[in-house]
Amino acid sequence: MKLTLRVWRQKNSNTQGKLEDHQLDDVSPDSSFLEMIDDLNEKLTNEGNEPIAFDHDCREGICGMCSLVVNGVAHGQDRELIKAVTICQLHMRNFKGGETIVLEPWRAEGFPLLKDLIVDRGAFDRIIQAGGFISVGTGSAPDANALPIPKKNADISMDAAACIGCGACVAACPNASAMLFTSAKMGSLNHLPQGQTERYQRVVNMVTQMDNEGFGACTNMAECEAACPKEISLDFIAQMNRDLITATLKGIGPTV
Amino acid sequence: MVGISHFPNTTIGKKVIMALTGLIWIGFVAGHMFGNLKIFMGEEHFNHYAHGLRTLGEPLLAYGQALWIARIVVIVALVAHIWSAISLTLLNKQARSSGYVQHRKLNANAAQMTMIYGGIALVLFILFHLMHFTLGAVVHPSFDPDNPYYNVVIGFQSYGYILVVVYLVALIALALHLYHGMWSVFQTLGLNNKTYTDALRILAWLVAIFIPLGFALVPLSVVFGIIGLEG
Repeated sequence: MKLTLRVWRQKNSNTQGKLEDHQLDDVSPDSSFLEMIDDLNEKLTNEGNEPIAFDHDCREGICGMCSLVVNGVAHGQDRELIKAVTICQLHMRNFKGGETIVLEPWRAEGFPLLKDLIVDRGAFDRIIQAGGFISVGTGSAPDANALPIPKKNADISMDAAACIGCGACVAACPNASAMLFTSAKMGSLNHLPQGQTERYQRVVNMVTQMDNEGFGACTNMAECEAACPKEISLDFIAQMNRDLITATLKGIGPTV
Repeated sequence: MVGISHFPNTTIGKKVIMALTGLIWIGFVAGHMFGNLKIFMGEEHFNHYAHGLRTLGEPLLAYGQALWIARIVVIVALVAHIWSAISLTLLNKQARSSGYVQHRKLNANAAQMTMIYGGIALVLFILFHLMHFTLGAVVHPSFDPDNPYYNVVIGFQSYGYILVVVYLVALIALALHLYHGMWSVFQTLGLNNKTYTDALRILAWLVAIFIPLGFALVPLSVVFGIIGLEG
């Protein structure tokens, strides 16, 4: 099939970027979306041009590296019958021949652009550093069943832990807010007994770090939930809000 | 004190202020709408109600004190609501300073996308509405401070019903603002989850339909002659 790829090209964060058109004449419907870009990059390299820089790693939808806004939608998640996938799991058979596909990077103040379609998601690492951990005494590992955890809590915690930190929530949010990510990363710990000791200090620190990174605020539109490849629920944001209110009433201030 | 003093600095803190002050206003508009409906009980009853708002709480409170306490509460709430709205909107614009060439929404509805614009429209409307029926200045042809019933009827009949149109447009803005606001209060205060979200959506629909509808009955009744001056 024939396709027109309209790609965001930008040398680095100090230069102006622009959309650049590439014609593809022979795209296999069986190739994945990223393989299609690989083919284009091979062609560009052979022609002596700069290949398109884009993030990718596992190509199995579990690492959270790939990050493309396809036709204005993070991970191209507006395809019928295809929900909860990352862009690496989308195949060219999901597109129509003759289509023009616009590719843009995640756009957010908290995600400075590095090159073309690659952004720096280090802000997410710093949010996790601020509180996405538990402190435990070292020694031999405790028995897995030594600490009773209600099934429901274990399930909720696992749902939150499904977050792969790709940043689609930020990319999809009209305010470039990172609340879905931040709430999922504390939600997985806050529903387990091991996470209770630092629970309220954690929420204050992680929210403070999130704000410091320049992300916007939540306006409860649930665009993040719709774009999330792991279907993280808005419930975690409500839980984060509740915990921050409780932490405030307890008089806990940030230590980051 | 460190917790509370840090709270308004956080995005969530500002949102909670927005939610709590919004909740005060939802309560205010619901009460205001309910009071307005007393106009259907006749001139004497309506004027007695309006007077009753000023003598509320006597003899503990003096004339008009209860009304002023309520006014101060809603004014402070409105100022805080506007402050958090402006600071969050600026923050949100800053967070997406370089925008997408192409960006498509998957989920957002008109009510969600127009909160700030609807809010601005409502603030302008409130100023207009106060001049119209509270101060009776500028936009009211013959204001009688002692006869609210007369003021309502004449106020809507004047200028060829053009003011009725202004009120109805403002009520549409109110409906949209209430629809997203009512549900958002619960989400922002952390009182929402999958079990309750559908029920809260229904509550938001009911609030967004019945409060503006109750308000709209009064000007529409004046237009259609259901409420008029006797004799």
